[in-house]
Amino acid sequence: MTQQFTTSDRQDWMAVLARAPAQLLGELWSAFDAKPEFRSLREPETGLVMVRARAGGEGAQFNMGEATVTRCSVISSTGRTGHAYVLGRDVNHARSAAEIDAGLQDASLFADLHRAIIQPLQQAHDEARQLHRGKVAATKVDFFTLVRGEDD
Amino acid sequence: MYVAVKGGERAIDNAHRLLAEKRRGNRSLADITPEQISEQLALGVDRVMSEGSLYDRGLAALAIKQARGDMIEAVFLVRASRTTLARFGYSVAIDTGAMEISRRISATFKDLPGGQVLGPTFDYTHRLLDCGLETDSSPEPAAMAPVSDEATPHVLGLLDKQGLIEPASSGGAQAESEPGDMTRDPLSFPVDRDVRLQMLARGDEGFLLALGYSTQRGYARNHPFAGEIRVGMVEVCFVPEELGFAVCIGDIEITECEMVNQFKGSKSAPPQFTRGYGISFGHCERKAMSMAQVDRALRAGELDEDRTAPAQDEEFVLSHCDNVQATGFVEHLKLPHYVDFQSELELVRRMRREQGADRQEAAE
Repeated sequence: MTQQFTTSDRQDWMAVLARAPAQLLGELWSAFDAKPEFRSLREPETGLVMVRARAGGEGAQFNMGEATVTRCSVISSTGRTGHAYVLGRDVNHARSAAEIDAGLQDASLFADLHRAIIQPLQQAHDEARQLHRGKVAATKVDFFTLVRGEDD
Repeated sequence: MYVAVKGGERAIDNAHRLLAEKRRGNRSLADITPEQISEQLALGVDRVMSEGSLYDRGLAALAIKQARGDMIEAVFLVRASRTTLARFGYSVAIDTGAMEISRRISATFKDLPGGQVLGPTFDYTHRLLDCGLETDSSPEPAAMAPVSDEATPHVLGLLDKQGLIEPASSGGAQAESEPGDMTRDPLSFPVDRDVRLQMLARGDEGFLLALGYSTQRGYARNHPFAGEIRVGMVEVCFVPEELGFAVCIGDIEITECEMVNQFKGSKSAPPQFTRGYGISFGHCERKAMSMAQVDRALRAGELDEDRTAPAQDEEFVLSHCDNVQATGFVEHLKLPHYVDFQSELELVRRMRREQGADRQEAAE
């Protein structure tokens, strides 16, 4: 099997899947007809990732605190292995994300899956972000200085 | 000494039943859901996540409900829950410079690249109780404005470019060395700044607030300015072993505070500004500011400053900033100490007897 996607492509779609609202992801995935069969390699499992930050925002690293993460691995009937690591404890989210990750690696499924799942998720994310940015922008401070001249 | 005492089983069971009834409150009112707590008491959830040292809004909201709103009890529940989960590993360090900003202010520079945005803040409110919230809370929708795509770099970078402030990496290990982890390795003083920051990040807001306040009142004066406070979402990336490359696993909300402090210079360093750093999960601005003040105060040794105040005493601050540890030790005093106290009682009686005998002898 020749690989038709780059690591960067896969990072992009995995990010979209991880960020997706779980409910929307579930709806889009169950509405997708051409699913291959999947076998579980690792059942969804919730654990922790220690989040690291940097002193001063850009200096030396330190361990800031943990976050819950759920992971899952599956293999498709076409032999593609899909993985998911998703913040939170939603096992369905992790399973769907792993299955879609496997599906997207399949050249014959990529275009349909991208159109049916990744694009709408990306669009929903962009719309929510624009709405958020618009509300925040309305609170931007426009400084002006009052001239307090000396009386002459 | 604690001696096990039996005999309270039924009382304990019934006390817990009573607790459950009290937690539910008046049954003619709707039961509050963790989702409601997460949405409408969001800053309480943020505090529990921060001090519980676990980013999970749902668990923190559930803990607040279970604890009947007792925040330290909720933090305790979150910490206990954390211990039941396996750790998959460490994230790639978050990039707060790339934050999706929802609030960003600076008290040192009026005009910033990317601008100052107030976001959702209590600042400039009149602190008058709003009786309107008693019956109806359907506020008008937030205002909208056109969005600019200007980047929002760290404000202190402006000073850094001119060499007027120490580099962000000061006072710690090299940027890419493996930081210490106090959840894995026992503390042994003195500790490096990475471990101090980890402990302060999970430290009690009230304790750090009081210590930060003390530095402003003259105990370890170091003249802080709020160089930048920013709140927003940052991406969390993780490198799973089976993949070997970093994947984004989602976004978390972060509050970050960079304080700018005076520094008169030392034998090896010219006069320049120094930094204190504070960060929290969620929107915990007071906590992040206090943490930044205390972080700066604890750098006294490294900056050749006299250690004269409590906020500069690393062992004192770090040994007492954790509210779960603190409450465990204070509240354990409620447990039966009957045998302990019996021996104290005996001792006092004996001393009084002896003193009474002495007095009698003196009188004779």
